[in-house]
Amino acid sequence: MQNSVEKYLRMDKLPHIWCPGCGNGIVLGAMVRAFTKINCNQNNTVIVSGIGCSSRAAGYMDFDTLHTTHGRALAFATGIKLAKPELKVFVIMGDGDAASIGGNHLIHAARRNIDLTAIIFNNHIYGMTGGQYSPLTPLDSMATTAPYNTIERNFDLAELAKAAGATYVARSTTYHATMLTNLIVAGATHKGFSLIEAVTACPVSYGRRNKMGSGYDMMIWQKEHAVPVQKARNLTPKEMQGKFAVGELYKAEAPEYTEVYDLLIKKAQGIPKEG
Amino acid sequence: MSIKDRLSGNEAVAIAMRQINPDVMSAFPITPSTEIPQTFSSFVANGQVDTAFIPVESEHSAMSAAIGSQAAGARSLTATSSCGLALMWEVLYVAASNRLPIALALVNRTLSGPININCDHSDSMGARDSGWIQIYSENNQEAYDNFVQAYRIAEHAAVRLPIMICQDGFITSAAVENIELLADRDVQGFVGEYHPESYLLNSKQPLAIGPYAVSAYCMEAKRAQLEALKNAKQVTLDVAKEFAALSGREYGLFEEYKLADADYAMVIIGSAAGTAKDAVDQLRAAGQKVGLLKIRLFRPFPGEEIAAALQKSKVIACMDRTESFNGRCGPLGAEVKSALFDAQLMPPVINYVYGLGGRDVTVEDFITVFAQLAEIEQTNDGGKKYRYLSLRE
Repeated sequence: MQNSVEKYLRMDKLPHIWCPGCGNGIVLGAMVRAFTKINCNQNNTVIVSGIGCSSRAAGYMDFDTLHTTHGRALAFATGIKLAKPELKVFVIMGDGDAASIGGNHLIHAARRNIDLTAIIFNNHIYGMTGGQYSPLTPLDSMATTAPYNTIERNFDLAELAKAAGATYVARSTTYHATMLTNLIVAGATHKGFSLIEAVTACPVSYGRRNKMGSGYDMMIWQKEHAVPVQKARNLTPKEMQGKFAVGELYKAEAPEYTEVYDLLIKKAQGIPKEG
Repeated sequence: MSIKDRLSGNEAVAIAMRQINPDVMSAFPITPSTEIPQTFSSFVANGQVDTAFIPVESEHSAMSAAIGSQAAGARSLTATSSCGLALMWEVLYVAASNRLPIALALVNRTLSGPININCDHSDSMGARDSGWIQIYSENNQEAYDNFVQAYRIAEHAAVRLPIMICQDGFITSAAVENIELLADRDVQGFVGEYHPESYLLNSKQPLAIGPYAVSAYCMEAKRAQLEALKNAKQVTLDVAKEFAALSGREYGLFEEYKLADADYAMVIIGSAAGTAKDAVDQLRAAGQKVGLLKIRLFRPFPGEEIAAALQKSKVIACMDRTESFNGRCGPLGAEVKSALFDAQLMPPVINYVYGLGGRDVTVEDFITVFAQLAEIEQTNDGGKKYRYLSLRE
């Protein structure tokens, strides 16, 4: 098994450069395990990343990778997918990346239901620049730009993607690493825009300032605050206060963008439908 | 009375901002300028300033918010670097053409790609024609002093243009140096309150900012903007004179270092000037007539003054910390050569590209440059006019 995972890693680039206690390595691990489960073909797969700690993950995976600009990974990925719809495209972003500068790209990729698999490393903070609050930093958190506490409400990225038209939405944590792997498998095999939010610990830039302890302690926090989605559906908003649902949050069928696009072009060119 | 301290360039600029006590700051984190808004946000949270701090969702939004607040009559500022400035591009032009004297603390960092977080001037040089005033700093003291002077230049009635105060990423932004700060009240007295003549929501003077200009008017608007930018040159000198009276530190359009009798001159921008001065000192001690001209004001470009300062130089090196991708010179090289041409001066000018993406530049590197200038004069062979310094080939 070990060897099958190594196949997907640039072993010469390891060990990684993330801080001690960072959860990003677990998300990376979940991704490569998911690749073995779907028997991912490296010759037919592209990994696109934005800018930030999360996006470093693309550098560790042995695929054709495209490291892009902050927030814009989905726009680049849309271009790749439209040019070669037969490619499998994974997009790695952080919460600062995907929800702030990239927020517009996120909702429009979801709206089009283009067949991309977006994996959001949600560490609740801009980690790389030293702990400024992001659109996913929970309300009342401490951050270097909020020395007393944040007063801005955070996005629920999963709800946002669902409302925007994503047809597969899931969330897990680095504590629930096996579940995370399985959700990435499900997202990757789903046709349409899929978003998997991976809650990951940033003990250096978020946890320390919010007295959440070490990377280990932050994983225990994940365990204690994550509620399986089936259970969460039976809880009241008050009971869910401060907690979050994990699992497959939403799944639907809708026409996939590159397929609809292809049909339109064929129609415009007068080519009859197959069959 | 000056206050001695030890500060990074970023901290120094954040303190200048606190002392100015502006009305609005909008910002988005990006290395290596993040520390400026981060430090300033603590001043806001601690009630040390009256500023409204807007942690926006992108640099484009940071500049847009600054434009909005400045148009409403609020003294506004932001800070950024590299791709952050590039993302502001669209609205940089809007800030300038709407004549909004916003101050931007730019911490120079290279533009992607390859992605790199270290210093060169590709970000601000890319924005050199956006209509902003650009001032560059050699060290932390200059970054602080230049920021204190920024609004006096930008808000001057003959100017009313946005201003970019640049310093070198990490080299001065993160390095801690000795610095002399002015007392808060001295800065406040020097900068003064902002009383814009026109602003939005003034019921006595309804105003449209940024409306469509048909072809019959658009060109005149651009020309008026140019005149304002040209005025910034004299205003920069006037403000520097007042600043010298307050601080004892003198600034001009540029600094001449042992230039008056120099046969071989180097024109340079930013922190590497400090290194180059050491090279000049060493060569002067060995009896060589070398000198340096350090750019402070790059926009508007003081071409006539620079040509006059270089008129006795036999061979000139123009040092560009950016690649312009025009195939023949960097932005500083182009400006200096153009200024010399207009002054009917035709010395050999060698344009060097150095320090891209944070590549270190040493005293020995600059000594090599001066040696090459001397060789050109002695052999009367200019060789290649466009060269790369300390490149691995």
